[in-house]
Amino acid sequence: MLKIGVIGGRETVMGFKALGLDAFPVTDVAHAREVFGNLTRAEEQEYAIIYIEEGYAQALSAEIDKFKDSPTPAIILIPGRDGSLGLGQSALKAAVERAVGSDIL
Amino acid sequence: MPKSTITPTRMVLNQQKARLKTATRGHKLLKDKRDELMRQFMEVVRRNRELRTKVEEGLTEAFSALGVASAIMSPDMLEQAILCPRQSVELGISFKNVMSVNVPVYDFKTKTADAGDIYPYGFAQTSGELDDALGKLSAVFADMLELAEVEKSMQLMAQEIEKTRRRVNALEFVMIPECQENIRYISMKLEENDRSSKVRLMKVKDMILKESLEEKQAERAARATRSK
Repeated sequence: MLKIGVIGGRETVMGFKALGLDAFPVTDVAHAREVFGNLTRAEEQEYAIIYIEEGYAQALSAEIDKFKDSPTPAIILIPGRDGSLGLGQSALKAAVERAVGSDIL
Repeated sequence: MPKSTITPTRMVLNQQKARLKTATRGHKLLKDKRDELMRQFMEVVRRNRELRTKVEEGLTEAFSALGVASAIMSPDMLEQAILCPRQSVELGISFKNVMSVNVPVYDFKTKTADAGDIYPYGFAQTSGELDDALGKLSAVFADMLELAEVEKSMQLMAQEIEKTRRRVNALEFVMIPECQENIRYISMKLEENDRSSKVRLMKVKDMILKESLEEKQAERAARATRSK
């Protein structure tokens, strides 16, 4: 069976822990990168979905883009405590642009 | 003129014709695939947009409720309350084939039978705000799961559409015109060869006729002189 991971600030992931997801509180970008690397390591493939807080995802976009074309894991951005940065919407735009060739939204 | 050097023979002509036929057929099929993928992709995008706004709103709400809870309770108490989750989730994953794109379908299972059983603490020592926050969070989680599914499908489909579009364009603007050009070139060359050989034959025939005519005339002249 596969698992769901959540990467984000302490306050963000705390609630998800109660829901039974694997929460990984991180303190800074370097830490987030390390945790993300651990979760996505090829030989394990334990995590099918990784939710990652937008603020950290911004810094890790190069790593995240690598998994865009592989069926697992799905890496989904979630807003942090301070509200949405709109990065999730821009990911949607990017996908549309890729498929259609221009931004039609 | 054809780009690559091709030999203008009947065999190559047949090859090129077969290639053109396959390319045209492939082009039609791929175009259909692209159109259908596009249609489904737009649906997925629409759904994704809905879910995204829903999840973002829900999460912001849940986080603010959690903020209230953490303001009321001491951080230690809060930490303790949710330190050992009672619930744990397992995720099954299967793949659905949408126009040759394998999109994931998640099958979500909670360990305890009751999905609402999310409070890993006794109610005596925690504030009601925490219950509220967790309730909101678990409500939004179902949408988050669907969002993951939809967003991944969207990315995979976008990739496939891009690939298909490139193939369609390559066939339409490179392969097919090239084939047609080659066929035209070869058939013209073959016709030209035909004509030239025909002309040659006519020339040869003329020459032979002339020769035989001269021979006959010479014979006749010879006979005339003999009879004289």
